[in-house]
Amino acid sequence: MRIELEKRPERSVLMAWASPVIAVMATVVTGGLIFAAIGKPPLQALWIFFLEPFSSLWSIEELVVKATPLILIGVGLSVAYRANVWNIGAEGQFTMGALMGGIVPVFFTSWQSPLALTAMLVLGILGGMLWASIPAFLKIRTGANEILVSLMLVYVAQLLLDWLVRGPWRDPKGYNFPKTVNFEDWQAMPIFGGGRLNLGIVLALVAAVALAVLMRRTMKGFEVRVLGEAPRAGRFAGFSSDRMTLFVFLLSGGLAGLAGIVEVASTVGQLQPNISPGYGFTAIIVAFLGRLDPIGVVVAALMLAVSYLGGEAAQVALGISDKAARVFQGVLLFWVLACDTLILYRLRIVRSAPAAEGV
Amino acid sequence: MSASVTAEAGAGRGEAETSEFLVEARGIVKKFGAFTANDQVDLAIRPGEIHALLGENGAGKSTLVKMLYGSLQPTAGRIFWKGEPVVVTDPGRARDLGIGMVFQHFSLFEALSVTENIALALPNASDMNALAARIASVSRDYGLPLEPRATVADLSVGERQRIEIVRCLLQEPKLLIMDEPTAVLTPQEADQLFLTLERLASEGCAVLYISHRLEEVKRLCHASTILRHGKVVARVDPSKETAASLARLMVGADVHAIRPKHARVAGPTRLYVDQLDLPANGPFAVALQKVSLELRAGEILAIAGVAGNGQSELFDALSGERRVDRAGAVVIEGEPCGHLGVGERRELGAAFVPEERLGHGAVPAFRLSENVVLTRDSIFADAARRLLGFLDFRAADETAARVSSAYDVRKGKPDPEARSLSGGNLQKFVVGRELDRKPLVLVVNQPTWGVDAGAAALIRQALVDLAADGAGVLVISQDLDEIFEIADRIAVISRGALSPGYDAHVMTLEKVGLLMGGAHGGSEAIEGALKLREADGRAY
Repeated sequence: MRIELEKRPERSVLMAWASPVIAVMATVVTGGLIFAAIGKPPLQALWIFFLEPFSSLWSIEELVVKATPLILIGVGLSVAYRANVWNIGAEGQFTMGALMGGIVPVFFTSWQSPLALTAMLVLGILGGMLWASIPAFLKIRTGANEILVSLMLVYVAQLLLDWLVRGPWRDPKGYNFPKTVNFEDWQAMPIFGGGRLNLGIVLALVAAVALAVLMRRTMKGFEVRVLGEAPRAGRFAGFSSDRMTLFVFLLSGGLAGLAGIVEVASTVGQLQPNISPGYGFTAIIVAFLGRLDPIGVVVAALMLAVSYLGGEAAQVALGISDKAARVFQGVLLFWVLACDTLILYRLRIVRSAPAAEGV
Repeated sequence: MSASVTAEAGAGRGEAETSEFLVEARGIVKKFGAFTANDQVDLAIRPGEIHALLGENGAGKSTLVKMLYGSLQPTAGRIFWKGEPVVVTDPGRARDLGIGMVFQHFSLFEALSVTENIALALPNASDMNALAARIASVSRDYGLPLEPRATVADLSVGERQRIEIVRCLLQEPKLLIMDEPTAVLTPQEADQLFLTLERLASEGCAVLYISHRLEEVKRLCHASTILRHGKVVARVDPSKETAASLARLMVGADVHAIRPKHARVAGPTRLYVDQLDLPANGPFAVALQKVSLELRAGEILAIAGVAGNGQSELFDALSGERRVDRAGAVVIEGEPCGHLGVGERRELGAAFVPEERLGHGAVPAFRLSENVVLTRDSIFADAARRLLGFLDFRAADETAARVSSAYDVRKGKPDPEARSLSGGNLQKFVVGRELDRKPLVLVVNQPTWGVDAGAAALIRQALVDLAADGAGVLVISQDLDEIFEIADRIAVISRGALSPGYDAHVMTLEKVGLLMGGAHGGSEAIEGALKLREADGRAY
């Protein structure tokens, strides 16, 4: 007996929706097995990891805060991946956005007006775009692989940030800690309520809705999908894949940059060597789990935010390494990609003996 | 190693046959889900027989052959080899039995030499020099001249086919299966192939010959099995039939003949190409050299040629998918547009149908209505909408429905994904989508490639009608029957150079064949081309 994959004539609408659900369930089962293997009670561990984050208002708020950068980055990446352009360097664009936006509080600390915040956000977007334009330009001009270039630029951006906050941009009153001045008042994101919930989530939802309309209803979205599905047909339609590469890199880079400045102007509150728990990479999983659809990305971002909160909770309650969150994210991406096979193929169990012998 | 194989096979041929037939398939059924591709098919081939397997596209020929070659397993039925029941579990087993197959699409590595390509297919071939010597001797013996050290990329399609044949011959087959072998050959190359096959048959090797070219089947084959909708409908001796009677058996009805249109009126020039040069854009691509042509209103100009002689490059240059710096190199409706892109050329009234339906003419994963938008973005994003660039889905739906009903596109649901349509139906849609725009110039590459006879007739009729309505139609095709059926003038492309266009009534198959060989060939070909030019005063 063997299992065969049989191509479906069309993509299955049912499986397109069911695949992420199956993937999440498979991840939970795999997670239980991992907990059991390292000697933790699997059910209790799963409870702490996946359900406790929903048990209090505080943690739900925290969930939204964690999901904000994932949505902003994820919606941009989903458009890029639809166009078959592989921007893997959102983490670097995030860092550059934070860095460029940080120019305002670092150099114009006393400028307190809504304009200051606007300038920070605009600079953040420009910073992400600038960083993303490098792999786009190299791909168009020289054919350099955008996956490698964008990924390597992540480390360049992180080292640049590290050097700035330890050297020229260090807060003179900061007791020699590697950090800049605190971002305060009009140089930070407005807060809703008493917690850490801020304007960022509004920006993220606006971006998601705007891109959903772009992808579903406009010529530009059509162009993205055609070039991603069949580049030759895109050329036949008169679309330019070079311009598309630049467009999606600027779009996804700009949104990652915006996520960067929103994050440092809210939760982090300053520039420091470490400003992200890997949002730029986690957003890749978010984009795929959300079916490369901007609205799906919002749902997926909330789910991935759970893994961050659950990871922290499991660290406290069970003494598991905080790397557990990364493991879960990896397992989830694996299952998402595996289950996506079912959209275009169906499983068929075949008897091992060829039929010719029998009849 | 080589010596022992030859000796064994020699002994094998001498064996007494235990059955009258070399290979026999009885009651073969093959189902794919609910679809029955082969239904109780019987096929029997004698040693030394050239047996034709005839049928339309989708009649089940390939399915049957794949089961003989072991790449598919029958749902029911048995296969007998020399009277013994056998199970052909996989192609390796088929080769062990003595079955060789030459596929329609070659699987060769272009960057490797002939010997290296053959070595890859042979088990435990280690001595390259010995293998090269064997290739040289086998290819010489069978009249298939091959240079073992040549790089595949430098070889013509005919020569590449020889590699595949020699690769099979080295395994000393007793049954050679050939899938549409002449589809890619010039008439002269095909003649050479027939000699080789006749020689093989005289030595006792059976040949199963799949083709839809009835004339050559009549000439070459001793027996035939005709399939229609997965069933055997007739077993006839093709030499005793006419091409028309064979076609009737294949299709089950008289094939719709194309109505000739009224006498041609030389209208204004629709498309003018002037000394177009286009560099090759890859190591295996063809450069266009000073291509000139003129297409007038009301005529069909056909460009014949063996695949890979610059047809795709010419199409790309005409459609604007590849642009040239000199605007005057391509003139559509009096407008120099060599530097313009495909969208701007469409706005001038041109329409294009590329060779590849899936992935070029249509996006496989898109619905038909979305595929409509592909070639008319300028229409849907009209002035008011262009600012925001919103799509008009209702107009797209309506257009898709209109095209489907006008061109008889058969589909399982109202708006299916392009990839779920059969080749013929998708081609009708892709051609219909362009005709629906009422183009002034239509450039179509291989309009009926891989399309069943019914769809092909509909498409050809539509092209003839379009020209009759005053458009200029440029047809690039490898199918000479098609060209002679619909063309007013015929030009031939060879190694990136285009011959002048000759009136169809002064062209013969032989003359086209000589031009296909190209002026780069022997002096005979040049002479032939010159005579032809003298004979036809109307050639420009």
